[in-house]
Amino acid sequence: MEIKFTHHQSAHCENGVVSNLMKHNGFNVSEPMVFGIGSGLLFCYIPLLMVNHAPAITYRAMPGFIFKRFAKRVGIKIKREKFKDPKKAKARLDENLKNNNPVGLQVGVYNLVYFPDEYRFHFNAHNLVVYGKENDTYLISDPVMETVTTLTEKQLEKVRFAKGAFAPKGHIYYPTDFPNELKLESAIKKGIKQTCREMLAPMPIVGVKGIRTIAKLIRKWPKKKGVKVANHYLGQIVRMQEEIGTGGGGFRYIFAAFLQESSKVLNNEKLAELSKEMTQIGDLWRDFAVDASRIYKNRGTKVDGYNDIATQLEVIADKEEVFFKKLKKAI
Amino acid sequence: MKKDEVPQDKSNLESANFKELCYAVDENGEYTTVNSSGWDPKTIALDNAIQEINARVEDAKKRVLDNQTSPIEYFMELHKMDVNILSSYVKIWKWRVKRHFKPRVFKKLSDKTLQKYADVFEISIEQLKNIEYGD
Repeated sequence: MEIKFTHHQSAHCENGVVSNLMKHNGFNVSEPMVFGIGSGLLFCYIPLLMVNHAPAITYRAMPGFIFKRFAKRVGIKIKREKFKDPKKAKARLDENLKNNNPVGLQVGVYNLVYFPDEYRFHFNAHNLVVYGKENDTYLISDPVMETVTTLTEKQLEKVRFAKGAFAPKGHIYYPTDFPNELKLESAIKKGIKQTCREMLAPMPIVGVKGIRTIAKLIRKWPKKKGVKVANHYLGQIVRMQEEIGTGGGGFRYIFAAFLQESSKVLNNEKLAELSKEMTQIGDLWRDFAVDASRIYKNRGTKVDGYNDIATQLEVIADKEEVFFKKLKKAI
Repeated sequence: MKKDEVPQDKSNLESANFKELCYAVDENGEYTTVNSSGWDPKTIALDNAIQEINARVEDAKKRVLDNQTSPIEYFMELHKMDVNILSSYVKIWKWRVKRHFKPRVFKKLSDKTLQKYADVFEISIEQLKNIEYGD
Protein backbone atom coordinates (compact mmCIF):
# COMPACT_ATOMS: atom_id res chain seq x y z
CA MET A 1 0.00 0.00 0.00
CA GLU A 2 1.25 3.43 -0.83
CA ILE A 3 -0.12 6.71 0.44
CA LYS A 4 -0.06 9.57 -2.04
CA PHE A 5 2.64 11.69 -0.43
CA THR A 6 4.74 14.42 -2.01
CA HIS A 7 8.37 14.45 -1.00
CA HIS A 8 9.99 17.87 -0.65
CA GLN A 9 13.67 18.01 0.15
CA SER A 10 14.51 20.20 3.10
CA ALA A 11 17.66 21.48 4.74
CA HIS A 12 17.01 19.96 8.12
CA CYS A 13 15.21 16.77 9.06
CA GLU A 14 12.75 17.73 11.79
CA ASN A 15 11.50 20.92 10.09
CA GLY A 16 11.30 18.98 6.88
CA VAL A 17 9.17 16.20 8.32
CA VAL A 18 6.75 18.68 9.90
CA SER A 19 6.57 20.82 6.79
CA ASN A 20 5.99 17.77 4.58
CA LEU A 21 3.31 16.35 6.89
CA MET A 22 1.57 19.75 6.97
CA LYS A 23 1.66 20.03 3.19
CA HIS A 24 0.25 16.52 2.94
CA ASN A 25 -2.69 17.67 5.04
CA GLY A 26 -3.33 20.69 2.87
CA PHE A 27 -1.48 23.43 4.78
CA ASN A 28 1.30 25.05 2.82
CA VAL A 29 3.83 25.71 5.57
CA SER A 30 7.45 26.22 4.57
CA GLU A 31 10.43 24.70 6.34
CA PRO A 32 11.74 28.04 7.72
CA MET A 33 8.24 28.76 9.07
CA VAL A 34 8.25 25.52 11.04
CA PHE A 35 11.77 26.21 12.27
CA GLY A 36 10.97 29.76 13.37
CA ILE A 37 7.59 29.11 14.97
CA GLY A 38 9.02 26.08 16.75
CA SER A 39 11.89 28.26 18.07
CA GLY A 40 14.42 25.92 16.50
CA LEU A 41 17.35 28.31 16.67
CA LEU A 42 19.55 27.91 19.70
CA PHE A 43 23.06 27.68 20.93
CA CYS A 44 23.68 25.35 23.80
CA TYR A 45 26.74 23.78 25.29
CA ILE A 46 25.92 20.64 27.25
CA PRO A 47 28.63 20.19 29.87
CA LEU A 48 29.68 16.66 30.85
CA LEU A 49 27.98 15.02 27.88
CA MET A 50 30.53 13.78 25.37
CA VAL A 51 29.50 13.01 21.80
CA ASN A 52 32.07 11.18 19.67
CA HIS A 53 34.62 11.81 22.40
CA ALA A 54 34.18 15.59 22.26
CA PRO A 55 32.07 18.18 24.11
CA ALA A 56 28.46 18.37 22.99
CA ILE A 57 27.26 21.58 21.43
CA THR A 58 23.99 22.11 19.67
CA TYR A 59 22.81 24.88 17.39
CA ARG A 60 19.17 23.92 17.53
CA ALA A 61 16.39 22.90 19.90
CA MET A 62 16.18 19.41 21.36
CA PRO A 63 14.77 16.74 19.06
CA GLY A 64 10.99 16.82 19.10
CA PHE A 65 10.70 20.28 20.60
CA ILE A 66 10.33 22.10 17.30
CA PHE A 67 7.25 20.09 16.31
CA LYS A 68 5.78 20.26 19.80
CA ARG A 69 6.00 24.04 19.98
CA PHE A 70 4.92 24.49 16.38
CA ALA A 71 1.82 22.38 16.95
CA LYS A 72 0.86 24.20 20.09
CA ARG A 73 1.35 27.62 18.57
CA VAL A 74 -0.56 27.13 15.32
CA GLY A 75 -3.28 25.10 17.01
CA ILE A 76 -2.87 21.59 15.63
CA LYS A 77 -2.91 18.47 17.76
CA ILE A 78 -0.23 15.83 17.52
CA LYS A 79 -0.10 12.30 18.77
CA ARG A 80 3.25 10.88 19.78
CA GLU A 81 4.20 7.56 21.26
CA LYS A 82 7.30 5.72 22.37
CA PHE A 83 7.57 1.98 22.82
CA LYS A 84 9.50 -0.58 24.79
CA ASP A 85 8.48 -3.43 22.56
CA PRO A 86 9.58 -3.26 18.90
CA LYS A 87 6.63 -5.47 17.90
CA LYS A 88 4.11 -3.00 19.28
CA ALA A 89 5.98 -0.15 17.62
CA LYS A 90 5.74 -1.93 14.30
CA ALA A 91 2.06 -2.75 14.77
CA ARG A 92 1.23 0.89 15.46
CA LEU A 93 3.15 2.00 12.39
CA ASP A 94 1.39 -0.53 10.13
CA GLU A 95 -1.98 0.42 11.57
CA ASN A 96 -1.40 4.07 10.64
CA LEU A 97 -0.26 3.22 7.16
CA LYS A 98 -3.37 1.10 6.69
CA ASN A 99 -5.44 4.15 7.66
CA ASN A 100 -3.71 6.18 4.97
CA ASN A 101 -1.84 8.22 7.53
CA PRO A 102 1.82 9.00 6.82
CA VAL A 103 3.77 9.31 10.07
CA GLY A 104 6.97 10.88 11.33
CA LEU A 105 9.58 8.71 13.03
CA GLN A 106 12.62 9.56 15.11
CA VAL A 107 15.52 7.31 14.16
CA GLY A 108 19.22 6.72 14.75
CA VAL A 109 21.58 7.47 11.89
CA TYR A 110 24.18 4.75 12.47
CA ASN A 111 22.23 1.98 10.76
CA LEU A 112 20.55 4.14 8.15
CA VAL A 113 21.79 2.25 5.11
CA TYR A 114 21.07 4.88 2.47
CA PHE A 115 23.31 7.47 4.16
CA PRO A 116 26.92 7.77 3.01
CA ASP A 117 29.12 5.69 5.33
CA GLU A 118 31.00 8.74 6.54
CA TYR A 119 27.80 10.24 7.90
CA ARG A 120 26.77 7.21 9.89
CA PHE A 121 27.55 8.05 13.49
CA HIS A 122 25.62 7.18 16.63
CA PHE A 123 23.38 10.19 16.34
CA ASN A 124 19.80 9.50 17.36
CA ALA A 125 17.87 12.63 16.53
CA HIS A 126 17.17 12.12 12.87
CA ASN A 127 13.61 12.27 11.52
CA LEU A 128 11.86 10.80 8.51
CA VAL A 129 8.39 10.04 7.17
CA VAL A 130 7.02 6.59 6.35
CA TYR A 131 4.34 6.84 3.68
CA GLY A 132 3.67 3.26 2.71
CA LYS A 133 4.61 -0.38 2.73
CA GLU A 134 5.04 -2.87 -0.04
CA ASN A 135 5.40 -6.47 1.16
CA ASP A 136 8.00 -6.09 3.89
CA THR A 137 9.57 -2.90 2.57
CA TYR A 138 8.67 0.49 3.96
CA LEU A 139 8.50 3.53 1.70
CA ILE A 140 10.55 6.30 3.25
CA SER A 141 10.60 10.02 2.65
CA ASP A 142 13.74 11.30 4.34
CA PRO A 143 13.57 15.08 4.05
CA VAL A 144 17.31 15.64 3.71
CA MET A 145 17.49 13.27 0.72
CA GLU A 146 16.71 14.50 -2.77
CA THR A 147 14.33 11.64 -3.51
CA VAL A 148 12.33 9.01 -1.64
CA THR A 149 13.90 5.74 -0.58
CA THR A 150 13.03 2.43 1.13
CA LEU A 151 13.97 0.38 4.19
CA THR A 152 13.16 -3.24 4.98
CA GLU A 153 11.24 -4.13 8.14
CA LYS A 154 14.44 -5.22 9.82
CA GLN A 155 16.40 -2.14 8.81
CA LEU A 156 13.64 0.15 10.04
CA GLU A 157 13.33 -1.64 13.37
CA LYS A 158 17.06 -1.25 13.90
CA VAL A 159 17.08 2.52 13.39
CA ARG A 160 13.89 3.00 15.42
CA PHE A 161 15.46 1.18 18.35
CA ALA A 162 18.93 2.65 18.16
CA LYS A 163 20.54 3.08 21.59
CA GLY A 164 22.63 5.73 23.28
CA ALA A 165 21.98 9.42 23.98
CA PHE A 166 18.46 10.52 22.91
CA ALA A 167 17.49 6.93 22.05
CA PRO A 168 14.37 7.15 19.85
CA LYS A 169 12.56 4.17 21.47
CA GLY A 170 10.42 3.73 18.40
CA HIS A 171 9.18 7.31 18.68
CA ILE A 172 6.29 7.83 16.24
CA TYR A 173 4.34 11.08 15.73
CA TYR A 174 1.69 12.55 13.48
CA PRO A 175 -0.81 15.42 13.47
CA THR A 176 -4.34 14.36 14.36
CA ASP A 177 -6.46 17.46 14.46
CA PHE A 178 -6.33 20.68 12.47
CA PRO A 179 -8.04 24.04 12.93
CA ASN A 180 -9.84 25.60 9.95
CA GLU A 181 -7.11 28.14 9.64
CA LEU A 182 -3.63 28.22 11.14
CA LYS A 183 -2.98 31.04 13.60
CA LEU A 184 0.23 32.10 11.94
CA GLU A 185 0.52 35.69 13.20
CA SER A 186 0.40 34.96 16.90
CA ALA A 187 2.45 31.79 16.41
CA ILE A 188 5.26 33.70 14.70
CA LYS A 189 5.38 36.22 17.54
CA LYS A 190 5.50 33.51 20.17
CA GLY A 191 8.22 31.67 18.28
CA ILE A 192 10.38 34.77 17.95
CA LYS A 193 9.88 35.75 21.58
CA GLN A 194 11.04 32.39 22.85
CA THR A 195 14.09 32.37 20.58
CA CYS A 196 15.06 35.83 21.86
CA ARG A 197 14.52 34.73 25.44
CA GLU A 198 16.68 31.65 25.02
CA MET A 199 19.47 33.35 23.11
CA LEU A 200 19.66 36.09 25.75
CA ALA A 201 19.20 33.75 28.72
CA PRO A 202 21.31 34.63 31.75
CA MET A 203 22.98 31.21 31.83
CA PRO A 204 26.58 30.52 30.91
CA ILE A 205 25.78 27.53 28.69
CA VAL A 206 22.86 28.83 26.62
CA GLY A 207 22.60 31.37 23.82
CA VAL A 208 24.95 34.30 23.50
CA LYS A 209 26.56 33.53 26.85
CA GLY A 210 27.07 29.93 25.77
CA ILE A 211 28.94 31.11 22.67
CA ARG A 212 31.23 33.16 24.92
CA THR A 213 31.82 30.17 27.18
CA ILE A 214 32.88 28.07 24.19
CA ALA A 215 35.19 30.86 23.03
CA LYS A 216 36.86 30.78 26.43
CA LEU A 217 37.20 27.02 26.32
CA ILE A 218 38.75 27.15 22.84
CA ARG A 219 41.47 29.42 24.19
CA LYS A 220 42.24 26.91 26.92
CA TRP A 221 42.08 23.68 24.93
CA PRO A 222 45.52 23.67 23.25
CA LYS A 223 47.29 24.14 26.56
CA LYS A 224 45.03 22.03 28.71
CA LYS A 225 44.23 19.15 26.36
CA GLY A 226 47.08 19.21 23.88
CA VAL A 227 46.90 20.15 20.23
CA LYS A 228 45.59 16.81 19.02
CA VAL A 229 42.56 16.77 21.29
CA ALA A 230 41.97 20.50 20.78
CA ASN A 231 41.83 19.96 17.02
CA HIS A 232 39.43 17.08 17.43
CA TYR A 233 37.15 19.19 19.63
CA LEU A 234 37.27 22.04 17.14
CA GLY A 235 36.35 19.68 14.33
CA GLN A 236 33.34 18.54 16.33
CA ILE A 237 32.14 22.12 16.84
CA VAL A 238 32.22 22.66 13.10
CA ARG A 239 30.51 19.34 12.43
CA MET A 240 27.63 20.21 14.75
CA GLN A 241 27.32 23.61 13.13
CA GLU A 242 27.39 21.80 9.85
CA GLU A 243 24.77 19.20 10.47
CA ILE A 244 23.48 18.39 7.00
CA GLY A 245 21.93 21.36 5.25
CA THR A 246 22.79 24.35 7.39
CA GLY A 247 24.90 25.81 4.58
CA GLY A 248 27.64 26.70 7.00
CA GLY A 249 25.72 29.17 9.08
CA GLY A 250 24.61 26.86 11.86
CA PHE A 251 20.90 27.30 11.06
CA ARG A 252 21.25 31.09 10.88
CA TYR A 253 20.25 31.18 7.22
CA ILE A 254 17.08 29.19 7.83
CA PHE A 255 16.21 31.61 10.61
CA ALA A 256 16.88 34.58 8.30
CA ALA A 257 14.57 33.01 5.70
CA PHE A 258 11.94 32.68 8.42
CA LEU A 259 12.24 36.36 9.36
CA GLN A 260 11.89 37.36 5.73
CA GLU A 261 8.75 35.30 5.29
CA SER A 262 7.37 36.57 8.60
CA SER A 263 7.88 40.21 7.65
CA LYS A 264 5.39 39.63 4.82
CA VAL A 265 2.88 37.78 6.99
CA LEU A 266 3.00 40.41 9.74
CA ASN A 267 3.54 43.37 7.44
CA ASN A 268 6.55 44.32 9.48
CA GLU A 269 9.38 45.98 7.56
CA LYS A 270 11.71 45.73 10.52
CA LEU A 271 11.79 41.95 10.31
CA ALA A 272 12.95 42.15 6.68
CA GLU A 273 15.82 44.38 7.78
CA LEU A 274 16.70 42.02 10.62
CA SER A 275 16.63 39.10 8.20
CA LYS A 276 19.45 40.77 6.28
CA GLU A 277 21.37 41.25 9.49
CA MET A 278 20.92 37.59 10.42
CA THR A 279 22.23 36.59 6.99
CA GLN A 280 25.38 38.56 7.71
CA ILE A 281 25.76 36.86 11.08
CA GLY A 282 25.37 33.52 9.27
CA ASP A 283 28.23 34.58 6.99
CA LEU A 284 30.36 35.20 10.08
CA TRP A 285 29.64 31.67 11.31
CA ARG A 286 30.73 30.42 7.92
CA ASP A 287 33.99 32.37 8.15
CA PHE A 288 34.52 30.89 11.59
CA ALA A 289 34.11 27.37 10.20
CA VAL A 290 36.55 28.10 7.36
CA ASP A 291 39.21 29.42 9.74
CA ALA A 292 38.67 26.64 12.26
CA SER A 293 38.99 24.04 9.51
CA ARG A 294 42.31 25.61 8.52
CA ILE A 295 43.64 24.95 12.01
CA TYR A 296 42.70 21.30 12.19
CA LYS A 297 43.61 20.68 8.57
CA ASN A 298 47.18 21.88 9.00
CA ARG A 299 47.29 20.41 12.47
CA GLY A 300 48.64 23.85 13.35
CA THR A 301 50.45 24.08 16.61
CA LYS A 302 50.24 27.84 16.88
CA VAL A 303 48.22 28.88 19.90
CA ASP A 304 47.50 32.11 18.00
CA GLY A 305 45.14 30.28 15.67
CA TYR A 306 42.95 29.22 18.56
CA ASN A 307 42.94 32.71 20.02
CA ASP A 308 41.94 34.14 16.66
CA ILE A 309 38.93 31.95 16.18
CA ALA A 310 37.91 32.41 19.80
CA THR A 311 37.91 36.14 19.14
CA GLN A 312 35.81 35.52 16.04
CA LEU A 313 33.26 33.69 18.19
CA GLU A 314 33.18 36.53 20.67
CA VAL A 315 32.46 38.98 17.86
CA ILE A 316 29.60 36.75 16.74
CA ALA A 317 28.29 36.59 20.30
CA ASP A 318 28.32 40.40 20.55
CA LYS A 319 26.51 40.76 17.23
CA GLU A 320 23.91 38.18 18.15
CA GLU A 321 23.31 39.85 21.49
CA VAL A 322 22.59 43.18 19.77
CA PHE A 323 20.54 41.38 17.14
CA PHE A 324 18.24 39.51 19.50
CA LYS A 325 17.67 42.60 21.62
CA LYS A 326 16.54 44.43 18.50
CA LEU A 327 14.40 41.51 17.39
CA LYS A 328 12.67 41.41 20.75
CA LYS A 329 11.66 45.04 20.35
CA ALA A 330 10.62 44.62 16.71
CA ILE A 331 7.60 42.46 17.48
CA MET B 1 25.17 33.79 1.83
CA LYS B 2 24.28 34.58 -1.77
CA LYS B 3 22.92 31.99 -4.15
CA ASP B 4 26.16 31.78 -6.10
CA GLU B 5 28.19 31.47 -2.90
CA VAL B 6 26.57 28.18 -1.91
CA PRO B 7 29.55 25.83 -1.71
CA GLN B 8 29.85 23.24 -4.46
CA ASP B 9 32.94 21.39 -3.25
CA LYS B 10 33.63 17.72 -3.69
CA SER B 11 32.54 15.68 -0.69
CA ASN B 12 31.54 12.25 0.55
CA LEU B 13 27.92 13.04 -0.31
CA GLU B 14 28.83 12.13 -3.86
CA SER B 15 29.24 8.46 -3.00
CA ALA B 16 25.56 8.30 -2.02
CA ASN B 17 24.66 10.41 -4.99
CA PHE B 18 22.83 13.16 -3.19
CA LYS B 19 23.12 16.87 -2.64
CA GLU B 20 22.02 18.74 0.42
CA LEU B 21 19.67 21.68 0.39
CA CYS B 22 20.78 25.12 1.57
CA TYR B 23 19.06 28.44 2.07
CA ALA B 24 20.62 31.42 0.30
CA VAL B 25 19.68 34.87 -0.96
CA ASP B 26 19.00 35.53 -4.68
CA GLU B 27 19.75 38.69 -6.72
CA ASN B 28 16.71 40.48 -5.30
CA GLY B 29 17.56 39.68 -1.70
CA GLU B 30 14.85 37.02 -1.47
CA TYR B 31 15.58 33.72 0.26
CA THR B 32 15.53 30.64 -1.93
CA THR B 33 16.92 27.11 -1.77
CA VAL B 34 19.96 25.79 -3.61
CA ASN B 35 21.46 22.31 -3.69
CA SER B 36 25.03 21.97 -2.52
CA SER B 37 27.39 19.14 -3.32
CA GLY B 38 29.41 19.74 -0.16
CA TRP B 39 31.73 22.14 1.57
CA ASP B 40 35.45 21.71 2.24
CA PRO B 41 35.57 22.85 5.89
CA LYS B 42 32.91 20.28 6.69
CA THR B 43 34.52 17.54 4.61
CA ILE B 44 37.81 18.16 6.39
CA ALA B 45 36.11 18.00 9.80
CA LEU B 46 34.45 14.76 8.82
CA ASP B 47 37.64 13.26 7.41
CA ASN B 48 39.47 14.17 10.59
CA ALA B 49 36.78 12.53 12.69
CA ILE B 50 37.06 9.37 10.60
CA GLN B 51 40.85 9.33 10.84
CA GLU B 52 40.45 9.74 14.57
CA ILE B 53 38.19 6.70 14.71
CA ASN B 54 40.54 4.65 12.54
CA ALA B 55 43.40 5.53 14.86
CA ARG B 56 41.32 4.42 17.85
CA VAL B 57 40.49 1.15 16.13
CA GLU B 58 44.15 0.52 15.29
CA ASP B 59 45.19 1.33 18.82
CA ALA B 60 42.57 -0.99 20.28
CA LYS B 61 43.68 -3.75 17.93
CA LYS B 62 47.26 -3.38 19.03
CA ARG B 63 46.25 -3.58 22.65
CA VAL B 64 44.19 -6.70 22.02
CA LEU B 65 47.19 -8.36 20.39
CA ASP B 66 49.35 -7.27 23.32
CA ASN B 67 46.80 -8.85 25.62
CA GLN B 68 46.05 -5.54 27.31
CA THR B 69 42.37 -5.44 26.43
CA SER B 70 39.69 -7.77 25.10
CA PRO B 71 38.30 -7.88 21.55
CA ILE B 72 35.11 -6.29 22.89
CA GLU B 73 36.86 -2.94 23.08
CA TYR B 74 38.18 -3.39 19.56
CA PHE B 75 34.75 -4.13 18.11
CA MET B 76 33.26 -1.28 20.11
CA GLU B 77 35.68 1.16 18.46
CA LEU B 78 35.11 -0.46 15.08
CA HIS B 79 31.41 0.32 15.43
CA LYS B 80 32.15 3.93 16.36
CA MET B 81 30.72 3.32 19.83
CA ASP B 82 31.80 4.36 23.29
CA VAL B 83 31.17 2.50 26.55
CA ASN B 84 27.88 4.34 27.10
CA ILE B 85 26.46 3.33 23.76
CA LEU B 86 27.75 -0.23 23.91
CA SER B 87 26.38 -0.65 27.40
CA SER B 88 22.89 0.40 26.31
CA TYR B 89 22.97 -1.89 23.26
CA VAL B 90 24.02 -5.02 25.16
CA LYS B 91 21.93 -4.05 28.19
CA ILE B 92 24.83 -4.66 30.54
CA TRP B 93 25.92 -2.13 33.14
CA LYS B 94 28.78 0.12 32.17
CA TRP B 95 31.09 -1.04 34.93
CA ARG B 96 30.57 -4.64 33.84
CA VAL B 97 31.26 -3.79 30.20
CA LYS B 98 34.48 -2.11 31.28
CA ARG B 99 35.36 -5.18 33.30
CA HIS B 100 34.80 -7.34 30.22
CA PHE B 101 37.58 -5.36 28.55
CA LYS B 102 40.05 -7.20 30.78
CA PRO B 103 41.45 -10.18 28.85
CA ARG B 104 41.43 -12.25 32.04
CA VAL B 105 37.70 -11.61 32.57
CA PHE B 106 36.86 -11.93 28.88
CA LYS B 107 38.26 -15.47 28.76
CA LYS B 108 35.88 -16.58 31.47
CA LEU B 109 32.73 -15.00 29.99
CA SER B 110 29.82 -17.35 29.46
CA ASP B 111 28.56 -18.03 25.95
CA LYS B 112 25.35 -16.26 26.88
CA THR B 113 27.16 -13.03 27.61
CA LEU B 114 29.42 -13.39 24.60
CA GLN B 115 26.37 -13.92 22.43
CA LYS B 116 24.96 -10.59 23.60
CA TYR B 117 28.06 -8.80 22.38
CA ALA B 118 28.23 -10.85 19.20
CA ASP B 119 24.61 -9.97 18.38
CA VAL B 120 25.26 -6.27 18.77
CA PHE B 121 28.35 -6.44 16.57
CA GLU B 122 26.52 -8.78 14.17
CA ILE B 123 29.20 -11.46 14.24
CA SER B 124 29.53 -14.97 15.66
CA ILE B 125 31.13 -15.80 19.00
CA GLU B 126 34.11 -17.29 17.17
CA GLN B 127 34.59 -14.07 15.27
CA LEU B 128 34.27 -12.10 18.48
CA LYS B 129 37.08 -14.09 19.99
CA ASN B 130 39.28 -13.57 16.96
CA ILE B 131 39.67 -9.94 16.00
CA GLU B 132 41.29 -10.67 12.63
CA TYR B 133 37.72 -10.90 11.38
CA GLY B 134 37.29 -7.16 11.67
CA ASP B 135 39.58 -6.60 8.71
